[in-house]
Amino acid sequence: MKILVPVKRVIDYNVKVRVKADQTGVELANVKMSMNPFDEISVEQAIRLKEAGVCDEIIAVSIGVQQCQETIRTALAMGADRGIHVLHDGDVEPLAVAKILKELADKEGPSLIIVGKQAIDDDSNQTGQMLAALLGWGQATFVSDIQVEGEQVKATREVDGGLETISVKLPSVITTDLRLNEPRYASLPNIMKAKKKPIDQTSPADLGVDPSVRLEILKVSEPPQRESGVKVEDVADLVDKLRNTAKVI
Amino acid sequence: MTILILAEHDNTQLRPATLNAVTAAKELGGEIEVLVAGSGCEGAANDASKIEGVTKILIADSDEYANALAENVATLVSKIAENYSHILATATTSAKNIMPRVAALKDVQQVSEISEVIDAETFVRPIYAGNAMATVKTSDSIKVITVRGTSFEAAQEEGGSAPIEKIEASGDAGLSQYIGSELSASERPDLTSARIVVSGGRGMQSGENFPIIEAVADKLGAAVGASRAAVDAGYVPNDYQVGQTGKVVAPDLYIAVGISGAIQHLAGMKDSKVIVAINKDEEAPIFQVADFGLVADLFKAVPELDDELQKNGFSG
Repeated sequence: MKILVPVKRVIDYNVKVRVKADQTGVELANVKMSMNPFDEISVEQAIRLKEAGVCDEIIAVSIGVQQCQETIRTALAMGADRGIHVLHDGDVEPLAVAKILKELADKEGPSLIIVGKQAIDDDSNQTGQMLAALLGWGQATFVSDIQVEGEQVKATREVDGGLETISVKLPSVITTDLRLNEPRYASLPNIMKAKKKPIDQTSPADLGVDPSVRLEILKVSEPPQRESGVKVEDVADLVDKLRNTAKVI
Repeated sequence: MTILILAEHDNTQLRPATLNAVTAAKELGGEIEVLVAGSGCEGAANDASKIEGVTKILIADSDEYANALAENVATLVSKIAENYSHILATATTSAKNIMPRVAALKDVQQVSEISEVIDAETFVRPIYAGNAMATVKTSDSIKVITVRGTSFEAAQEEGGSAPIEKIEASGDAGLSQYIGSELSASERPDLTSARIVVSGGRGMQSGENFPIIEAVADKLGAAVGASRAAVDAGYVPNDYQVGQTGKVVAPDLYIAVGISGAIQHLAGMKDSKVIVAINKDEEAPIFQVADFGLVADLFKAVPELDDELQKNGFSG
């Protein structure tokens, strides 16, 4: 089977994000960009399914500016087989991403699309679910374990209060949660090999998708700051302050 | 203007998360209807009808909704969506699973986890793990919105007497099947609605040390949480996780034990009213957001705290 894995280029997980002074967004100039961490988990899971003989081809897709090809190369160096870059300058929202991925899925015919549960930039947590809806496929979101069993996927989902197990008919969309796996680092030979793997380029227009945004961003501002408080001497002082100053216990 | 709220429930009872979405709906203004989709869910519908400020309850009672499978519930919601200006749900894992599917079926760009209502089409939502707040305006004719529970007070559970109207089920899509659940059995309050939360981090060193903070939590009637580092290290299950990728909490009192205060953890707890940090590293970033900081070895300080609470009459 084929597996499609979308990978998003986002501000690196360890970078402290700064709001622009003119409140139009966050500072992206000279900021380290990386693959969205949940997407790394998706790529890793696809590779594990390939290693287990369940899958025979992994296609990594990224949508956005030219530099998204670097993100695709990272997926290729981890073990994906080929890439598709959907070139688009400017923001693209989850609904448009889902529409683009649907068109690619119609062309490529994957049995499984493995999507990160959310991107750590806009924190929307929508794309996988929207894609499943547009394709008319079943979905297993926030998964911490999957087993492909014939024409079904058995998935364990991270839900409020614990875990839930469902079975979903193939083809389907999976969205990955943190505990699904630990993504591998690409080895140097694999990074070299990845340079020779093919990346096709296309565009939203080629795919017949209108990527214009529906949500107008009026402003982006700093969150309210907390003032740091006081250090207490010892445990007795702490309990006294909680009882008599803060009155929370 | 009529607003539809997708209820969160276990069929027999309504879950309190629903009440936060009702408050957000009241801020929008207009009639508020609540959809209870389930199987044998009269109990939950009856609870919903008592919520103060709700105009009507819709009940879809059929086998295919028993376990809130997204494919089935989203089809139902999308069938009645045209009757509403807004469709809201509190951003629980269940709503996060279902609502984007509804939005896509209606060709709507959902607005996720709003923390503030400006007007009927303008909302504030945290982005970048709460390190920035975006004010966004939607032009979609139906607005599909999830609500950050901690940003809106719970509506009154009693005081209403909304009529309950049955609606037709939409059928089983046959795409997925529920197999089972393993829910954490705990006598403690739910993490997202607890008044007090005590969380442990990497500093706990092992899952075997968590009982020392559980003892404190039980004296205070608190929930127990953890940082992502503690979850990744396997000390506790993932549903304990507080942070950007886990649960967002805003209790009256949050006690962070052995937690350094990574950005991603702060994103999940910095709206708490009072924050206490216990950490032996004086430079830990957690102290920058703590109202009361205790620089101490947690293995000494936490048992002392337990004794001190006992002395002050907290027995759990």
